[in-house]
Amino acid sequence: MPQLAEPTVVQPVDGAMVPRLFRLIERRQDTADTFTVLLEPHDGVPLAFIPGQFTMLSALGVGEVPISVSGDAHVAGPLQHTVRDVGAVTHALARASVGDVLGVRGPYGTGWEVADGHGGDVVFVGGGIGLAPLRPAVLEVLSRRGDYGRVVLLYGARSPEELLFTDELKQWEDQGLEVLVTVDYGRETWQGRVGLVTKLIPRAGFDPRSTLALICGPEVMMRHTALALVGRGVRSNHIRVSLERNMRCGIGLCGHCQYRELFVCVDGPVLPYAQVTGLLGLREV
Amino acid sequence: MRTIEQYLPDHAFFAGLDTPTLELVAGCATNVSLAAGEYLCREGDPADTFFVVRRGRVSIEVHGPADGTVVIDTADEGDVVGWSWLVPPYRSSFDARAAEATGVVAFDGACLRGKCEADSRLGYQLMQRVTQVMNDRLVAAQVRLLDLYGARGATDAAAR
Repeated sequence: MPQLAEPTVVQPVDGAMVPRLFRLIERRQDTADTFTVLLEPHDGVPLAFIPGQFTMLSALGVGEVPISVSGDAHVAGPLQHTVRDVGAVTHALARASVGDVLGVRGPYGTGWEVADGHGGDVVFVGGGIGLAPLRPAVLEVLSRRGDYGRVVLLYGARSPEELLFTDELKQWEDQGLEVLVTVDYGRETWQGRVGLVTKLIPRAGFDPRSTLALICGPEVMMRHTALALVGRGVRSNHIRVSLERNMRCGIGLCGHCQYRELFVCVDGPVLPYAQVTGLLGLREV
Repeated sequence: MRTIEQYLPDHAFFAGLDTPTLELVAGCATNVSLAAGEYLCREGDPADTFFVVRRGRVSIEVHGPADGTVVIDTADEGDVVGWSWLVPPYRSSFDARAAEATGVVAFDGACLRGKCEADSRLGYQLMQRVTQVMNDRLVAAQVRLLDLYGARGATDAAAR
């Protein structure tokens, strides 16, 4: 019988369900269905967060969605979110224009805690939009590049047209990040790799014994990636995954994001792979 | 550059083969350089050769009337390209093209097939290794069939 974790005890916080108002000051279309918004708080108080956390972002009058922060946690500036237009709320967010007001609650949840990798190698593995929640952790590592050994980003996307942050990938390489990219499907003109993101793992230069691995992407991709990393020798308690669940309240009260004994909005979204290894393959959880 | 005899023992595909077997396999191999765009094999061609990429990149391609040429996989340094040489009717299933200047070790599959027929131990050893390659590619292809990063069935909860 697997040992269950201690249940999370959450105390209601006054005002936790009330969004703060932010004005959209810049909007970028990253790919056909993904966009980035830069938001400035109405009250002038910046929203502090740690890489990996999410906010409940609302299109006022339409609804809220959990979106990880994709900006730099250590540089003062607007709040940045990279969003995929896949549902009613994100569609409303996609239609928002510069000057519009959006609601923000949070930040919520756990972070990547990438500083745990100090002195060792760090491997980021992103799949599709999963690169966006990793971006703040990548920026944190690059801002203190000398504190880490080899740092690698393995990135898989559906097609070359759907790769995110392509300009930045080149800059990150210049700053000492080894970047390996693959896509599921390429035209004849695509010169890069084609194949599953796991195929990059044997090619990346890192020492598995001293590696902290951070994975973000669809759950099936994270499962296969974690297995491949363990196969290469990375310890499972040095692998972290960011789970995607139906977060609603963000404070562990409503139960929409319950994942057996975990509430992903407070216990996650970033969780040690060793804690969820058995859960990841479980159906109906 | 190391000779084929020096290169093969360090390659994962050939790891564990004894020296006489490695010599026999190396005897069926030659180094080949390809310019970008040059084909290693074409779909439907007799599959008498398989390849190990030593440098560069090989695109595995298929051509369809609607999509034109689509790259369905790539092989980089160290990857094995081609198993049709071991499976009847010994015809290539896809095009394989050098995506850039590429160096490969080309193995005479027809010659090795004959040796595998005559020596079942060698046949088993090579089949084991080719099966591993096939399994890895099949698993990767099956996972990709899920269209992991596609929007089909996605909701706001997957907006990240």
